[in-house]
Amino acid sequence: MSWTRKLLRVNLTAGTVTEEALNMNWANDYLGQRGLATRYLVEEMDPAADALSPENKLIMATGPLTGTSASTGGRYSVICKSPLTNAIACSNSGGFFGAELKFAGWDMVIFEGKAASPMYLSIENDKATLLPANDLWGKSVWEADKIMRTKHQDPQARIACVGRSAEEGCLYAAVVNDLHRAAGRSGVGTVMASKNLKAVIVRGTLGLGGIHDPKAFAETTKAGKAVLAENAVTGQGLPAYGTQVLMNVINEVGALPTRNMREVQFEGAANVSAEAMAEPRKSDGKPNLTTNGACYSCTIACGRISTVDRTHFSVKDKPEYWINSGGLEYEAAWALGPDTGVDDIDALTYVNFLCNEDGLDPISFGSTVAAAMELFETGAISTAQTDGVELKFGSAEALCWAAEVTAKGEGFGKDLGLGSKRLCEKYGQPQFSMTVKGQEFPAYDPRGIQGIGLAYATSNRGACHLRGYTIASEILGIPEKTDPLESAGKAGLVKAFQDATAAVDSAGLCVFTTFAWGMDDIAPQVDAACEGNWSTEKMMEVGERIWNLEREFNAKAGITGADDTLPDRLLSLPANVGPAAGKVNELDKMLPEYYSARGWNADGSVSAETHQKFGLPG
Amino acid sequence: MRITLKLYATISQHLPAGSVKNTVEIDVDDDASLHDIIDKYNVPRELAHLVLINGVFVCDADRDQGGLLKQDDVLAIWPPVAGG
Repeated sequence: MSWTRKLLRVNLTAGTVTEEALNMNWANDYLGQRGLATRYLVEEMDPAADALSPENKLIMATGPLTGTSASTGGRYSVICKSPLTNAIACSNSGGFFGAELKFAGWDMVIFEGKAASPMYLSIENDKATLLPANDLWGKSVWEADKIMRTKHQDPQARIACVGRSAEEGCLYAAVVNDLHRAAGRSGVGTVMASKNLKAVIVRGTLGLGGIHDPKAFAETTKAGKAVLAENAVTGQGLPAYGTQVLMNVINEVGALPTRNMREVQFEGAANVSAEAMAEPRKSDGKPNLTTNGACYSCTIACGRISTVDRTHFSVKDKPEYWINSGGLEYEAAWALGPDTGVDDIDALTYVNFLCNEDGLDPISFGSTVAAAMELFETGAISTAQTDGVELKFGSAEALCWAAEVTAKGEGFGKDLGLGSKRLCEKYGQPQFSMTVKGQEFPAYDPRGIQGIGLAYATSNRGACHLRGYTIASEILGIPEKTDPLESAGKAGLVKAFQDATAAVDSAGLCVFTTFAWGMDDIAPQVDAACEGNWSTEKMMEVGERIWNLEREFNAKAGITGADDTLPDRLLSLPANVGPAAGKVNELDKMLPEYYSARGWNADGSVSAETHQKFGLPG
Repeated sequence: MRITLKLYATISQHLPAGSVKNTVEIDVDDDASLHDIIDKYNVPRELAHLVLINGVFVCDADRDQGGLLKQDDVLAIWPPVAGG
C-alpha cells in the first residue's frame, strides 16, 4: 500500500475534519510514521508549548508498510509532546488498529486544539465524523470499547481509546488499541484525554493498493518471512516463550533491576519468568499462559494471552477478570515484579490486565510504585498517605491496590499518577527516582550492561530500551556479541541501534524483526513498496535524520546535554552482586565519544554542520 | 566437583530428573570442558547459544577448554532468545 498520500486533520476546537495531501517531499526524507509525524509536529507546534495545552498536537501515524503483507506490517505510532518528559513522545503499537487506518485510506490523523466536551472520532473509509463521547467518559478502555461496538454494530471495526487514568491526568497514560495493545510510553494517552478525545473507531474496506512494484514486493516480503521463520529467535524462541524468556537471562547476568534499582538480582525471578508462565498451577492444572498471539501480518507471534488463577486473592471475587487477555511481557513483568520485589505471577498478571483496561504504561507504573515503596520504607510517606496500606517491597496486595487506585485516579493513585520523578520530588527525596528526562527505566541495569546506560541517557523520549536496544548485542549476541561490562566501543553501537530503529519504526514494521533481519533485509521491502530509491544506505541516513530532528525538537523544548544523564544511584552506587559487582555505569567515558560520533557539539547540541548535512528545518 | 546446571527455554527438556525451576546440581570432572557437559546432556551444540559461567558469557571458541569451571560454579545455558 505504501503511502495513501492522504492525511486527516481533526481540529477539535472547531469541530472540523478535513482531508489533506501528504507532503511527499517530507515522506522522501522521513519515510513515514515516527519520522514523518515528527516532521509535521516540528512544523506545526512550538516545542516549548505546554504538553497538556491545546497547542500540543497528537498524531496517529502509519508507515508505508503498515497494512501490507510484509511481516509485522501493522504498526502505528502516536506522536506528540510528552507531559511526562516535556520531550518528544513517540509510542509505537501493534495490534490491528494501524492497518485498519490504512485500509480506510489514511497515512495519518493529526489532532489539534481541544474539544469543548468529550468526543470520539469515527472513521469509515473517507467518511470521518466527530461524535459526542459523554457516555464514554469515565469509562475504562474495555467498557468504552463495548459501548462503541454496540453503537456502531461493526465487529470488524478497530478501536484506540484512553482509559480513566488518562482522564484523571496520570502522566504516563497510554493509548490502548484492540483491548490490550498499547502506544504505552511517555503519556500519549494523557495528551489525548487533555483534548477531550476519548477514542478513535476505524473501519477501512479500501484494501491494499499503490504498491510501487508488486512483483518485487511479493518476492522480498516472502524472502523476509523465510528469514524470520528460519531464525531460532523469531521462528522458535519468541513465539514459544515471548519476551519474558529474558527474565532468567537478565537475572543471571546480574542486570535485573530489583527493588527500585537498589539491587541487580531478584531472588524471585524464576517465579515470574516465561518458564513459570508455562507451569501448570495447583488450583486448576492450567498454566498462566493460554496461547501466543500475533498482531496484524506478523509471522513471529510473540504476544501472550494469559489468565489469572481464579482462586487468587486479586480476582476471586471479580469474575470479570476470569478471562483470557493480554499477558505478561518482559518489561511489564519486570516493572511489576522484580522492581517492586513482588514474585506473585497472578498478582502481576492481574495488574497487567488493569494496565490494559485503563491504559497505564506498566513500566512507568511499576517503577513509580517501586519508588513509592522506597519512600514508604524510609518514612518519607506513611499509611497516612496510602489509606492505611502497608506499601512495602514484596507486597502483592499493595501492588494490586496501587494499580486499582491509579487506574481510577483515586486517593494516593493521584500521587502515583505523577510518575516517579514528580512523586519523589513531592516527598522531598528526588534521589529515589529512577528516571531519565522524567521517564522511568526499563528492565536492564546500566551497571551490568554498560551500553544500555548510554542508550537510556541519550534517548530522545527519556529512559527507554526501544530507542537503541543494545541488549541484543551486549547480552544476546545479535548481530554479534559484545562485552556488557565494557564501556569502550559502545558509543558507536548505541548510535547504530538508534538510527536503525528510527528507520524501522518509520517503515511501519516491528523492531523485533531486527533479531533476524538486518537493514539489508528491510530496505528491499521498503524499496519495492515505495517509489524512490530506498537502499540500506538511505534507510540508515533517514534514521539518523530522524534522530537529529527529534533531538532538535527537544532542544527547542528546553532539554539540553545536561539532561543526558543517569540517576546518581547508577553512577555512584556499585552493583552489589553478580558479574557487575563493584561496577557503576561509565557514562562519563561514553558520552563524549557518542556526541562526537553524532557530529554534535561538546555540549550535546546538534552542530550547524550536522543540521545542514541532514537538511533539518529551521 | 559439584556445579549447578541451568537449562532454559526450548532446551530445558534436556534437564535430568530431579531438576527444579530449570536448575539441577551435577557432578562433573575437574577438567571437564563446557562442551563435555553440553554433549553429556544431549543439548545440541548449535542450540547452546548463550552460555554463562556465573553470569559471564563464554564464547564458542573457549567451550572446548578444560579448567574453566570450579566447585560451586553456576553454568546456565539458553538457545538463541531475545525480548524487549
